Amino acid sequence: MIWNSAGEFWAMGGYGLYVWGSFGVTVLLMGGEVILAGRHHRRTRESLQMQAMTRDSAQDSVQDWQA
Amino acid sequence: MRPFLAVVRRDVSLALRRKNEVMTSVFFFVVVAALFPLGIGPEMNTLRQIGPGVLWVGALLASMLSLGRMFAADHDDGTLEQMVLSSASLPSLVGAKILAHWLLSGLPLVVLSPVLALQFDLNGQAIEVLMATLLLGTPLLSLIGAIGAALTLGVRGADVLLSLLVLPLYVPALVFGAGAVQAQTAGLGASAHLSILAAMLLIAAVFSPWACASALRIALE
Amino acid sequence: MTPHSNVLFRFAAPQAFYGLAGRLWPWVATLATVFGVWGLWIGMFVAPIDFQQGQAYRIIFVHVPASWMSMIIYLAMAFWAVLGLTFNTRLSGMMNRALAPTGAMFAFLSLWTGALWGKPMWGAWWVWDARLTSELILFFLYLGFMGLTASIDDPRRSDKAGGLLALVGAINVPIIYFSVRWWNTLHQGASVTVTQGSSMAQTMLWAMLLMALAFWLYAIAIALYRIRTLILEREKLTQWVEAELRPEGAS
Repeated sequence: MIWNSAGEFWAMGGYGLYVWGSFGVTVLLMGGEVILAGRHHRRTRESLQMQAMTRDSAQDSVQDWQA
Repeated sequence: MRPFLAVVRRDVSLALRRKNEVMTSVFFFVVVAALFPLGIGPEMNTLRQIGPGVLWVGALLASMLSLGRMFAADHDDGTLEQMVLSSASLPSLVGAKILAHWLLSGLPLVVLSPVLALQFDLNGQAIEVLMATLLLGTPLLSLIGAIGAALTLGVRGADVLLSLLVLPLYVPALVFGAGAVQAQTAGLGASAHLSILAAMLLIAAVFSPWACASALRIALE
Repeated sequence: MTPHSNVLFRFAAPQAFYGLAGRLWPWVATLATVFGVWGLWIGMFVAPIDFQQGQAYRIIFVHVPASWMSMIIYLAMAFWAVLGLTFNTRLSGMMNRALAPTGAMFAFLSLWTGALWGKPMWGAWWVWDARLTSELILFFLYLGFMGLTASIDDPRRSDKAGGLLALVGAINVPIIYFSVRWWNTLHQGASVTVTQGSSMAQTMLWAMLLMALAFWLYAIAIALYRIRTLILEREKLTQWVEAELRPEGAS
């Protein structure tokens, strides 16, 4: 193990701000991308389901009138 | 050849009737060249150093501002569709429009540049090189910019989007254009830069009309 | 048509690709995580301190993979653009839209981590070295693509215009890089390159390659996931999508 203590690890030889600033933003951006993609997918599914249901009920109504 | 010349003549005469369009590019160039010293300070040594870059950026922006007009008017009144449908080769018609755009927005900048270069205390040889780079560079900018104009035809917010699309592609022209004048001033000679600019111009002259024609077809289908 | 190309063209249909992407992305994501953890383990707990740069050099484990990916993704977009413009396939345009945000993200990350590496190393948050400047321009190219495709409403026109733009951009990238390098060497200033030439310890190289692999697989996984959303949106009026969307058990 190259680190003698957890403190050393976080301090990164004095460069902690830069190293963790980099890794932190990386995690933030990649995690954020994943979350946004998931949310977008869910919302799209819901919205398309609503549209499909509206189309179905409109068709039912038309069929009622035609009956 | 006849359709090519006809389109050039048509575009130029149409634009000259609405002189303000031609003038805005020129005025913009003049104003930008005056703003930089006002922003940076009148120290001649600094101005001499930044002069080539400032003038080149000014010409670049002035040329870019007028790109939107290249196809818009013809698109609005249906002439562009006729051009696409006609039996004449679309790349050559597009090439004609680009040439007309350069004659109206690029060439005046080349002619005006010596006067503005004096404001930055550039010496005679530097001015010569500057004019040469603008003479090679402004058509190059028109050719590259035309692709952006064709892609953004009729799109919402086309002007700003056009700038975003086209500015990265302008970087090589800017680097070699301004760099040529700086090399000349530093005593290194500008021939390498000018050769590269000329090469880029030739390549663009071949490929850009073709790419624009594709973009116009995509936009109009 | 050979049977082999039949298989390839089968997956050019959105419906078939939707299923394929759905089955693939979880595996690719898992692989990406495995390689990422492995790479980080070696990079943060095994690789020794660098004698020139201290612990700060560890930023390369995200900086370099991000730079590489931002360029690879742009090449991939150019590839799909050529495919789309030649064969007029719908999926190519969707693939580019799925890839672009990730490419832009990696370009930004490359710039951000580059700045955070530059400050302790060379004292400035930004240096106009050839690599970073080209990366900045690449970032603008991504934004331009995303802006153009977002502002054209008609999906087919948007796909093709975006494809042409990606292609023109890709052809220009080497020219831009060459001219920026020329510009940089001529104007000797902060002329240090971000990727130092010093030979790397084996472990450092390993960690970097593993992270690059992890980032690459991540990009593939998220593009596959995103393209599924795009396919649903584009093909919403087809029967298979309606069946796909119907909640389980409903009529």
